[in-house]
Amino acid sequence: MTKPSQPPFTGRTEDRRFLTGAGRFVDDIELGRQAYMALVLSTHAHAEIRGIDTTTAAAMPGVLAVLTGADVLADGLGPVPPFFMPKLWGGPDGYGTLRPILVTDHVRCVGDRVAIVIAETRDEARLAAEAVDIDYAPLPVVTGARAALADDAPRLWADCPTGNLSCTLRLGDAAATAQAFAQAEVTLKRRLISPRVAPSSLEPRACIGVHDAAEDRFTLYTSSQDPHGFRAVIARNVLKIAESRLRVVSPDVGGGFGLKAHMHPEDALVLWAARRVGRPVKWTATRSEALLTDTQGRGQEVEAEIALDRDGTVRGVRVEAWHNLGAYFWGTATPPIFFSLQLIPNTYTIPAVDLTTHAVFTNTAPMSVYRGAGRPEATFVIERLMDEAAAEIGMDPAELRLRNTIAPEAMPFTTPTGMTYDSGDFGGMIRIALDRGDWAGFAARRDAAKGRGRLRGRSITSYVEVAGVMNERMEIRFDPDGALSIIAGTHSHGQGHATVFSQMVADWLSVPLDSIRYVQGDTDTVLIGRGTFAARSSMLGGTALMRAKDALIERAKDMAAIVLEADRAAVEFSDGMLRVTGTNKAIPLTEVAKLYYLPAGPANALGIGLSGAGTAAGKPGAAPNYPNGVILCEVEVDPETGAIVVDRMLALDDVGRVLNSTICEGQIHGGIAQGLGQALLEEVTYDEDGQLTSGSFMDYGLPRAGHMPHIESHLLEVPCTTNPLGVKGIGESGAIGAPVAIVNAILDAVRPLGVGSLDMPVTQVRLWSALRAAEEMRGAA
Amino acid sequence: MNTFDIFRASTLDGAVAAFRDHGDAMYLSGGMTLVPSMKSGLAAPGLLVDLSAIKGLRGIAREGNMLRIGALTRFSEIIASADVATAIPALGAMAAKVADRHVRNRGTLGGSVANNDPASDFPAAVLALGATMVTDRRRIAAADYFTGLFETALEADEVLAALEFPIPDAAAYAKHAHPASGYAVAGVFVARFGDDWRVGVTGSGEEGVFRLTQAEQALQQGGIKAAEGLNLGELELLDDATFPAAFRAAAIGWLLRDALAQL
Repeated sequence: MTKPSQPPFTGRTEDRRFLTGAGRFVDDIELGRQAYMALVLSTHAHAEIRGIDTTTAAAMPGVLAVLTGADVLADGLGPVPPFFMPKLWGGPDGYGTLRPILVTDHVRCVGDRVAIVIAETRDEARLAAEAVDIDYAPLPVVTGARAALADDAPRLWADCPTGNLSCTLRLGDAAATAQAFAQAEVTLKRRLISPRVAPSSLEPRACIGVHDAAEDRFTLYTSSQDPHGFRAVIARNVLKIAESRLRVVSPDVGGGFGLKAHMHPEDALVLWAARRVGRPVKWTATRSEALLTDTQGRGQEVEAEIALDRDGTVRGVRVEAWHNLGAYFWGTATPPIFFSLQLIPNTYTIPAVDLTTHAVFTNTAPMSVYRGAGRPEATFVIERLMDEAAAEIGMDPAELRLRNTIAPEAMPFTTPTGMTYDSGDFGGMIRIALDRGDWAGFAARRDAAKGRGRLRGRSITSYVEVAGVMNERMEIRFDPDGALSIIAGTHSHGQGHATVFSQMVADWLSVPLDSIRYVQGDTDTVLIGRGTFAARSSMLGGTALMRAKDALIERAKDMAAIVLEADRAAVEFSDGMLRVTGTNKAIPLTEVAKLYYLPAGPANALGIGLSGAGTAAGKPGAAPNYPNGVILCEVEVDPETGAIVVDRMLALDDVGRVLNSTICEGQIHGGIAQGLGQALLEEVTYDEDGQLTSGSFMDYGLPRAGHMPHIESHLLEVPCTTNPLGVKGIGESGAIGAPVAIVNAILDAVRPLGVGSLDMPVTQVRLWSALRAAEEMRGAA
Repeated sequence: MNTFDIFRASTLDGAVAAFRDHGDAMYLSGGMTLVPSMKSGLAAPGLLVDLSAIKGLRGIAREGNMLRIGALTRFSEIIASADVATAIPALGAMAAKVADRHVRNRGTLGGSVANNDPASDFPAAVLALGATMVTDRRRIAAADYFTGLFETALEADEVLAALEFPIPDAAAYAKHAHPASGYAVAGVFVARFGDDWRVGVTGSGEEGVFRLTQAEQALQQGGIKAAEGLNLGELELLDDATFPAAFRAAAIGWLLRDALAQL
C-alpha cells in the first residue's frame, strides 16, 4: 500500500462554468416555438380506468393537444421493456414488464402516467392537466414486498405466472451452508431493512423533444447519464425507428446517482408530442413530480443469519431477502438484485453462503439503481451481522473482522458468490484505520461522554465495491490546427471527467491542457458510449482513453517515419515528440497532426486525419475492479432525547492508482453524505392506500450541512491488476459503507441499555421510541 | 398555479378596499407560505393584495416598556435589530431559528402570525409575551387572537399592521425542528415578568399554540427547579407516525428545561 503523491490541485476545468451560473442544463435550453408538456398522473395506487374525459382540458386556453394511452396505441408506439433482465447476468428468466409510455386501462402506482397535455405555456399545460377527468375504479392495494407474496394479495400483472413475484435469485450452496450452521457453536438471525430512498438529484429530470418533419428525424435533449442507452430504448422499442433517426443530447447534468441511468416515460413522451404538435416540447419535473415519478433506490427487507464459532471463525451466512420492485421491472433494476447478494461475503473468508432474494411487484414507484445499487444493501447485511456476532460472543468487532479477513496473499480470491477480487489489503486497511482512528483510546472517550450524559458508540466497517460494468469506447481526435478533442463514451454529471481525462491526455501527449476540448453526451458526435454509473468511468473510460492514445501515436508514427525519412520501426514517442531512435531527428506530435490534415502530401497515402479510438471491457465478460475500504465511525447519543451526533468519520479507501485525489475525496464526501441521509433521515413512505406520504422535501429529510461530521479521508493505493492504469472505482464507495457504519455505531452506544435493533432511517424519534421501550422492559424486569 | 391579478396597495385603506371589492382576494406579505400554497394548488386567489409598499407597516421601535414591530418586518431585520437585541433578545434568537436564510430574508413577522400555522415559531412568543396585535381597525390581545389551527380572530379583510411586545425581564426559546421542513415539531418560549412566568408552546398543540399552564404555575410557586419532571401526558397534542404525541410531550419537557437554562 502506498500513499498517493499528487501535484497541487488547482480546481476543475468545468467549475468556473458551474459556479458562475454558465452551465447549460436542459431547462436552460429554449427552442423556437417551444411548447410545454404537463403530466396527468394517477392519483390511485391501483385502479381500473373506466374512462378519460379530455374535452374540458382540450378546450382550455393555450392547449395544443391532450393525449392518452389510446393515442399511444393508435400511433403504434411500443412499450418499454426492462433495460435488461437478470438472465443476462446468469440469473433466472423472471417476469419483465412491458410498460406503455401512457397506461390505457390499469394504473398500478400513484404517479403512473395516464395522459399528457401540450400547451403554449407551462402553466396553461398544468392547468389543463388538472382538468382531465379520469374515472377510476379502485382496486385493492399492496405496497410491501412480503405482503405482495401473500395468496390473497392483489395481483398487479395478470399474465405473470408467478403472481407478484418477478423472479427469485439464488446464490451459494444451500447444503454446505446448512451443514456449516449445524456445526457452528453460535448462530443468530436478524431482520434487516434498507428502506426505499429517493435519488433527489439537484437538477430534476428534464427533457425537450424535437421533431424535424423535413428529415423525419428526432432530437431529444435530456438530463441523462447514458444518452446512447436512451437512444436505443426509445428508437427500438417506443418509436420503432432506426437509431440514426434519433439524436440524444445530454448537456450539463446536475447529478444522476443512477436515477438518470435509464429513460423514464417522459423522454419518449416529449418526442411523440413534438411530432404530434409539430413544435419542440419541453418538460421539466417539479420536485413533487420527481418524488412521485422518479425511480427510487434500495427497498429491501432481509432475514439474515450468521453461523460462527466462539473463537470468531465465521462458518456461514444465510439470507432470504425481498426486493420491492414497485409496479414495473424498470430500467436497470437487475444490478441491485444481484449486487445485494453477490457482495454479502464482503472482505471475509466466509466458507459457505446460501443467499436468496425475491424481486416482487407492489403498488409503488419502480425501484432501480441508486448510488451503490445493491452494494449498500449487501454491506448493511454482512456488517450488521458481524457486529451482532461480535456482541454475541463478546469479541471486539475489529478483532472479529480481522480474524475472517481475506489475506492479501490469497489474491486473486474468488468468493462463494463468484466475485474474483484481484487485489486488496483488507486487513491492512482495518489496522491502519484502528491506528489512525485511535480505536484503542475509545474507552476514554466513552467515559468522557458519559460524564456529559451522553452514550458514545463506535463501529468499524469493511466494505468492497464492484466497479466496471460493460465495455467503453473513447476517442482522441486532432483538429487541423493541432488542437485536439476527447470524444468520451462516458458521461460526466458531476464527476469531473473534463478535468481528469484532459489531464491524463495532456500528460501522455505533452500537449497544453487548454488545447484539449472535452466532448460528451451527444449521440451524433460520440460513436457509442455506455455513459457513467456504477463507478465505471475511471477504469473503463480511462483504459479506453489510454488505448485511444496508443492507437493515435501508432498512426502518428506512420507520418513521422515519412517526414523524418526513417524506418517506421525506429520511430518512438516521448515528451510530445516523435523521434528516430539513435538520432536527433524529431518532430512534435502536433506538427504531425497538422500534416495529416493538409490538402496534399503524405496524407494522400496515409489517409486524412489523426485520431485514435480505444476500447476497454468490464463485467460481464471481462474482469471488473474491486474498490474497498474501511470506515471508522463514532457517535454520541443523548439517552433522554434520542438525539444523535456523528462525531467521528474516518474513511480509508483503496481506489487503486489515484488519478486525482481531490476529486476522489469529493466523491467520498458526497457518498458519505448520501449514506448518512439513508442511515438517519431518508425514507420514501406510502400509506396503506399506496399514497405517497413523503412527497415533498417538507417531509422527506435530506441531509444538510449541519448533519455532516468532519470527514477524515485517506486514499491508499493497492493497484488494480485487471486494468493497465491500476485504477479502481470511487463513485459509490462512501454510500456503501456509511449507512451501516452509522447504524452499527448507534447500536454500539445503546446496546447496553437493551436496544438491540434499529431500522433505518434511525431518526431521533425512532431512537427515542426504542430507548423508551427498552426502559419499560428494564422496568418490567 | 392559477392566473391571478396582483394589486400593490399604497395605503392600508386602499388594501382593504381592494380586498373587499374583489371577493376572492388574499393579502400578500412575504409570500413564504402563500406562494408555495398557490404553486401546489392549495390556495388559488383571484387577486393578491400586496401589502409591501404600504408605509408604516415595516420597522422596529422601542416605546417605553414595549417593543413595536411592524407586521411586514422581515425575520432577517428582527435578527439584525439592535432594539430587539437589547429589549427582547429571545425574539432575535427565535427569528434566527426560522427556516433558512432565504426565507428569513423574505418572510415577515405578520405573515407568520396572521397565518397561525401550528408549526411556526412566533405564535409561541406572542402568547408567552402577551403581545397585542394591532390591525387596521382594532387591537387584539394575544389571549383572544389564536382561535385554532390556521385560525385567528382576524376578520377576513382585516390586516395585521403591527405587534406590540411587552418587554420581559427575561425570555428564551427552545425548538425541536423537523429534520426536513425546519418547522417546529415543538417550540417552547418562556418569559418572566417580575415573579410572573408565562410559557408558550408551538408546533405540537392539537389546536395550535397554547400556554403551558402547568409549567407556569410550577415556576410561579417554586422557580426554575420546580419545572423539572412535570407530567405533560395530559396535553392534547398532535399525533402522527413521524412525531407521535408521546415524543412531542417529552420534547416539550426537555425544551422547557433548555429554554429555562438559557435565562
